[in-house]
Amino acid sequence: MHNTPPTKSAAVIKPPVTEVGVIGWMKANLFNGWLNTALTLLVLYLLYLIVPAFVKWAFVDSIWFGTSEQCKATDGACWSVITANIRFITFGFYPHDLQWRPLLAMIILVGLLFYSQNRNHWRKSLAYAWLLGLFTMGLLLKGGLFGLAEVESDNWGGMPLTLLLAIFGLTAAYPVGIMLALGRQSEMPVIKAFCVVYIELIRGVPLISLLFMSSVVFPLFLPEGVTLNKILRAQVAIILFTAAYIAEVVRGGLQGMNKGQYEAAKALGLNYFQTMRLIILPQALKIVIPPSVSILISAFKDTSLVVIIALYDLLKTTQSTLTDPKWMGFSAEAYIFLALVYFVCCFAMSNYSRRLEKELDTGH
Amino acid sequence: MNATETGQKSVETSPIITIRNMHKWYGEFHVLKDVNLTVNRGERIVICGPSGSGKSTLIRCINRLEEHQRGSIVVDGTELTNDLKNIEKIRTEVGMVFQHFNLFPHLTILENLTLGPIWVRKTPKKEAEQIAMYYLEKVRIAEQAKKFPGQLSGGQQQRVAIARSLCMKPNVMLFDEPTSALDPEMVKEVLDVMIQLAKDGMTMIVVSHEMGFAKSVAHRVLFMDGGEILEQNTPEEFFNHPQHDRTKLFLSQILD
Repeated sequence: MHNTPPTKSAAVIKPPVTEVGVIGWMKANLFNGWLNTALTLLVLYLLYLIVPAFVKWAFVDSIWFGTSEQCKATDGACWSVITANIRFITFGFYPHDLQWRPLLAMIILVGLLFYSQNRNHWRKSLAYAWLLGLFTMGLLLKGGLFGLAEVESDNWGGMPLTLLLAIFGLTAAYPVGIMLALGRQSEMPVIKAFCVVYIELIRGVPLISLLFMSSVVFPLFLPEGVTLNKILRAQVAIILFTAAYIAEVVRGGLQGMNKGQYEAAKALGLNYFQTMRLIILPQALKIVIPPSVSILISAFKDTSLVVIIALYDLLKTTQSTLTDPKWMGFSAEAYIFLALVYFVCCFAMSNYSRRLEKELDTGH
Repeated sequence: MNATETGQKSVETSPIITIRNMHKWYGEFHVLKDVNLTVNRGERIVICGPSGSGKSTLIRCINRLEEHQRGSIVVDGTELTNDLKNIEKIRTEVGMVFQHFNLFPHLTILENLTLGPIWVRKTPKKEAEQIAMYYLEKVRIAEQAKKFPGQLSGGQQQRVAIARSLCMKPNVMLFDEPTSALDPEMVKEVLDVMIQLAKDGMTMIVVSHEMGFAKSVAHRVLFMDGGEILEQNTPEEFFNHPQHDRTKLFLSQILD
């Protein structure tokens, strides 16, 4: 044993018990003054009214794997609307026997995303892995090669479609947005004017109208006989739309940069592209991680707007099950499920961005 | 200190920078008026003068951080024009140290130093790192190579900034008030590095109010006011027998 040396009495006096620990925290945060005490009690009462009832509905009286008749007989939640239709909700009209293919594609995608999280894995080999992965995923979805039956993209739907639109939309929109932001700062008037007009035009138009234009107006301009895939058109609309917002956020980061950084880079003899790539963008993009992620998250959720041009993304497949007379009336359960799926994806994004911010912090 | 302490104060008379009848305006404002200056190889010049006198602008014109509108600037045989190739060539030969260091905060000290050699001079990474470590030793800061600029004191950062410029093996070094953003106790460590550089025979143009440094190191001291070079002389003459009234006034203000 090792004895602690006697300390001076002044050092060991503890703060009053009502100021620290659980009691101190409650006093400071919940019962600090009569108004806050009253509010705390009111909130507690409301929680008492809501929470037990919800738990009873969602978990106690609920039916997870039943038929619609059983569901109609109970007061609780009918999660069966999800479990019974999970294949349609997830894969839409993709041929039933072939649904392992989009499933495998999604597993590859999630695996790659997960592996790419760690910045130590960002090597050349990872880029090749992504190329190979993208090719495989495309092959799995579309088929038509290596003895895989071809599946028309009109039949793609559900989760794979949502992920396709979101992930390609976001990864393509980001570089385009950066280029637009740099273009907007350009000293070359034509480039600058083009970028300003583009950004302001796109930002001034709702995504829905862009989607409509892509599906209704755009084909009118194509020569006869040429058709562009509907998913591709929606994808392009999402990319163009998101890029304009990213551009403005990145521009904010560029303007926040100290002039001295440009000068130091110039003084070393770096050219414009080297200066941007090595000095300015790494710092500017780091500053704008939080607002960029907000945009990426809202763009992810906005992919659900493709329902209006009759693409069967996750939202649309879920809604469609509700039109089945058997499952009519269980929309609360269906939408809660949908909300949870979106939440998990968005929360993962914001979590990752927070981690990235911490990793990139060099203490300045 | 006196002249003999810093060794050779003799200079060959082969000009490395020649500025002829140079003018610069910011909009309507005439910042530099008919500046003529020849700097010889190995020469060390200190420029002083009140703030707003155009001294920083002058040295920033030499590596084209500022553009001049009339007259000519020739650096090592290359004239500064709008030709980007010439500008980039001159910038690789002219090192610059800034008042606020301007290190790249997202890169380690070592990466700050190797960036220029690797990307501009196309030096292999290994070799660039050796060069970098050599100069970090020289500014006595080698042990900080893996740290980020934000973790260093101002004096250390400025020494790193000097080393970063030296890694490009410049023929001329420009110093834009290198010690005026520093806490007083850090001024000396930076000046010591600059004195060492002077002993090695580097051509230096220093905008500074460090009169002790000027006296011991400079071959010539220039006094600027209102965008003009009003007076230039050896440090002895300049400090002991200033000619111009404005020089006298300026010296009396900063020396007391």
